[in-house]
Amino acid sequence: MTPTATWYLVVAALLFSIGGVGMLVRRNVIVMFMCVELMLNAVNLSFVAFSTQLDDVGGQVSVFFVLVVAAAEVAIGLALIVAVFRRRRSGATADDIAELRG
Amino acid sequence: MNPLAAARITTPGVDWLSIAPVAILGLTAVVIVLARSLIRKRPAAYPVAMAITVLGLGLAALALLAQWRRFRVDGPYQSLSGMVAVDGFAAFIGLVVVFATAMAVLLASRYLIRERLDGPEYLTLMLLSSAGMVAMASANDLITVFVALEIVSIPLYVLAAFDRRRNASLEAGLKYFLLGAFASAVFLYGVALTYGATGSTNLTLIARFLADNTLLDGGALLVGLALMLVGLGFKVAAAPFQMWTPDVYEGAPTPVTAFMASATKAAAFAALLRLLYTGLGSSSADWRPIIWGLAVLSLLVGSIGAVVQTDVKRMLAYSSINHAGFILIGVEAASDRGLASSLTYLAIYAFLALGSFAVVGLVTGRGDADSALSRFRGLTQRRPALAYAFVLLLLAQAGVPLTAGFVAKFRVFAAAVAGESYLLALIGMLTAAIAAFVYLRIVLTMFLPVEEGEAAPPAPVRADPGTTIVIAVACALTVIVGVAPAALVHVAERATLLFRG
Repeated sequence: MTPTATWYLVVAALLFSIGGVGMLVRRNVIVMFMCVELMLNAVNLSFVAFSTQLDDVGGQVSVFFVLVVAAAEVAIGLALIVAVFRRRRSGATADDIAELRG
Repeated sequence: MNPLAAARITTPGVDWLSIAPVAILGLTAVVIVLARSLIRKRPAAYPVAMAITVLGLGLAALALLAQWRRFRVDGPYQSLSGMVAVDGFAAFIGLVVVFATAMAVLLASRYLIRERLDGPEYLTLMLLSSAGMVAMASANDLITVFVALEIVSIPLYVLAAFDRRRNASLEAGLKYFLLGAFASAVFLYGVALTYGATGSTNLTLIARFLADNTLLDGGALLVGLALMLVGLGFKVAAAPFQMWTPDVYEGAPTPVTAFMASATKAAAFAALLRLLYTGLGSSSADWRPIIWGLAVLSLLVGSIGAVVQTDVKRMLAYSSINHAGFILIGVEAASDRGLASSLTYLAIYAFLALGSFAVVGLVTGRGDADSALSRFRGLTQRRPALAYAFVLLLLAQAGVPLTAGFVAKFRVFAAAVAGESYLLALIGMLTAAIAAFVYLRIVLTMFLPVEEGEAAPPAPVRADPGTTIVIAVACALTVIVGVAPAALVHVAERATLLFRG
């Protein structure tokens, strides 16, 4: 059995779900952030799989855009997380950061 | 024959006018960063950056007006091999965004000095974000929408956390970032599925594909549509994706909140409208029920959530969710009339939100300390002009006749009734009544005198010229549009001519 594009799409959907569930379940900010990255890479995988399936180069080009944007997001995200960690040394899980509520 | 000649890649023709507004805003941001590094003396850098910002925004507005004129003569057209559409819709939303940015910059001009946050960086981020918004309004390809969405969001994450000495601001930034990145990823997965189902990310080509073919299995497209709506619903603060809104609106510096409520909403709705009306216009039977649900939830969550709040910034955040519901009523109509009413609503809400948050920014005082409702007590006696301006803006948000808010709500309801969504219009009116209670509660608190022997709430900070201009412009527009809405409505109706290919 040779793997078809559908296999990759299924793997991508699984990765995306893992990322999505992790985002909702985990409380560590860094891990949550990594889950988002996992979701973005799942999207990249499905773009490439669709691209082969459709025999269209557009999907592969899209991946470059996603990669660049994800890199920018990492830069800003980590900077924000570091800024928050510096302010509060005790703990910075999503549960600790709950000053705004009501 | 030279083999290389045959392999030459044909590049698309570039129509510079189509990307001029975005390019101007982006370049202005870069120029500010350059000026920042060239000017040694730190205090001098801020006024220079301010001047450059004003210049850049003015030029961008001129470029958008040129686009509007060109569109009036030549009709809508696409550019950059279909990535960008130039039409009345893009120019209209672009102008709303540039206007809101200019107002938010005015609002921030003195605030940043007051909070010792003054730096050219703030203005750079603002301009970059607004460049993304203008790009989003004209994006005719889902990848362009995604990139523009991120250009809007990434500077906003930083802006929300800009006051990094305040825990609330940092927390707002981090929350906005985590949920925003999550929503972007969901949106992008929707794009990928739509691409897989239709074979293109270009909205015009998607529309053509859907017109020419019948999908045997529409599942992938439907899931893609749903995921894209989740992503965009997050950005426009529509329920059930609204959970970040009150926290972020409360924690972020007030000028940033004003900017987010006015400009971001307009830009995100622009992307949503273009996606639904151009790309999936033929399958409106699929998305109308989803939008119906989003509208009802936003209306209810926004109005009922606001009732239990004791903090004015949070109240306005919930009211912004409620307003998103009203705009969605116009979207749901799936007609040119609905589109025009949504555009009118976006333009009107932009200045109402800017004016309201400007007043709140003054009353909360230094350090955005406290925006509790009790601080507004007796404001009509202590600061009559400020208080009455706020009364006008709140009444307009409630939709009282002869104010702009009434025009906005009326057009949306008219579109819903024309589209035979009677129940939706009815729910809208019901929640308008609930929301009116919230606005009147703030108004009554302002009229309530401070009892003797009771500690008076801290006085609002003195109004600076920038904030005064913003409040004055917002109030003037509220009255002018309320009394003579024809001009705005007429322009919005012309702006509904989308590029459809």
